[in-house]
Amino acid sequence: MLTLIGIAIVIIGFALRFNPLLVVTVAGLATGLAGHLSIQKILTTFGDAFVTNRYMSLFILTLPVIGLLERYGLKEQSQALIRKVKAATTGRILFLYLLIRELAAALGLTSLGGHAQMVRPLIAPMAEGAAETKFGALNDRVREKIKAHAAAVDNVGLFFGEDIFIAIGAILLMKGFFDQNGIHLEPLDMAVWGIPTAVCAFLIHGVRVILLDRKIERELAAAAQNNQQDSNIKEGV
Amino acid sequence: MWISLEYIYYVAGIFLAVVAFLTLKDKANPKRFSTALFWGLYAVTFLFGKVIPPMYMGILVILLVLIPGFKGVRGGAYDEATADQRLASSKKIRNKLFVPALMIPLITVIGAVWVKNVTIGGTPLLDPKNVTLVALGLAALLALLTAMFITKDRGIRALQESRRLVDAVSWASVLPQMLATLGAIFVASGVGKVVSDLVSSAIPVDNRFLVVAAYCIGMALFTMIMGNAFAAFPVITAGIGLPLLVHLHGGNPAILAAIGMFSGYCGTLMTPMAANFNIVPAALLDLPDKNAVIKAQVPTALLLLVVNIFLMYFMMF
Repeated sequence: MLTLIGIAIVIIGFALRFNPLLVVTVAGLATGLAGHLSIQKILTTFGDAFVTNRYMSLFILTLPVIGLLERYGLKEQSQALIRKVKAATTGRILFLYLLIRELAAALGLTSLGGHAQMVRPLIAPMAEGAAETKFGALNDRVREKIKAHAAAVDNVGLFFGEDIFIAIGAILLMKGFFDQNGIHLEPLDMAVWGIPTAVCAFLIHGVRVILLDRKIERELAAAAQNNQQDSNIKEGV
Repeated sequence: MWISLEYIYYVAGIFLAVVAFLTLKDKANPKRFSTALFWGLYAVTFLFGKVIPPMYMGILVILLVLIPGFKGVRGGAYDEATADQRLASSKKIRNKLFVPALMIPLITVIGAVWVKNVTIGGTPLLDPKNVTLVALGLAALLALLTAMFITKDRGIRALQESRRLVDAVSWASVLPQMLATLGAIFVASGVGKVVSDLVSSAIPVDNRFLVVAAYCIGMALFTMIMGNAFAAFPVITAGIGLPLLVHLHGGNPAILAAIGMFSGYCGTLMTPMAANFNIVPAALLDLPDKNAVIKAQVPTALLLLVVNIFLMYFMMF
């Protein structure tokens, strides 16, 4: 039971808003010690795992391109482009991106997207631009909500699309696990049985992003009303 | 192979070393020395990851983490273009600006799908085990050259601009790797077994629906703790899925696996531990609330988890 101390440290540390890096490191050290690992073994595991997982941070290689393009007006151009499409709304843009992201992932094209590659430079500015065209200036709250939803669409599309593709890591991992336990499974079987969930994920999240348009409208209207009231109070009405 | 993943790591290391150097010269950064040390140490992990023995790397990693832990990583000044300048240049360059941006995903896909099997002199061109990552690295370099050509600006400008983005992500860029490290410690200490023993001792095993619900919720919860459904799958499936659902109730293991993993992904959508999907993007999009992406995802994740439980219950037996 003592080995669960790491989980407790993570939950408490995150809740008390300590620096997550420190929380995670302390949790790792504590769990290792509670699990009777030697200091050398703990340090070696830290070093090994950190080096093995460097691939997770390779998105930084895309930042010079994105940074340079942003200096030369990539966001402004994305928004200008989306202003020309009269039918474009925040919800419809995110819906379309969800569809493309999930279908591409289902075909094994998981790298067709990503937060650094697609969401920051293109999808988020377009989603913001569409809302600006429709409603005029946005407040920070709405702007942040749109950006958060742009990032969320990328995740949902990727996660629930990729397991439909038979050669993806998750399917191979599951096959390996069952082989070890003496059960032979075909990758195709697992991929096919993932389809109902993949469709439901698309429907649930698709409806949510479409409804986002109405939510933005309501929130902006409420904010405008508040401002009106504030100024009325100031003017003594 | 001609181009291995290690070479891409060298490029990332050199990039981070330049960021460290530029940070050192940035007098507007109140913590420029400790910030430069942070990026410098991070560069070392990319440049010499395979050379430094793991134990010393472990010490280096802990030093690396202590710097932001004591608020030693800050942003500086970046000589940014004004909104008017950006608008003027976007009107001049127009849609050509999209070319380098779209090159990154497209070249990565081409590399991962078609160049995968290309060999030169019998040796594969790209690292066969890491085709996508190598392709991503090459795509970023080619896109950078194209962007420099289109904007007629120098490479150093791109590096200066990228420092603005790197500083926005700041220490969160290291968080995914540290969480993966914590996962490795959990595995080495046997945390998984303790958790699955707890869960299987708490549920009435004869009730098929409750076991299905316990398995799906267990996958989601354990994924939230580990930050990774891949880490949760073997633990929860060995603890609940195989003995109770497949062996005792005769469920179809392919359906168990497919929906079980998706239940784990519902957990991924709801946890700060999956930092690369949830926290890094929030930083990358300049969101002040680091949990904003998670908040946007929670309703979808919870609804889908319920859907998964029913799908598994009705399809599996």
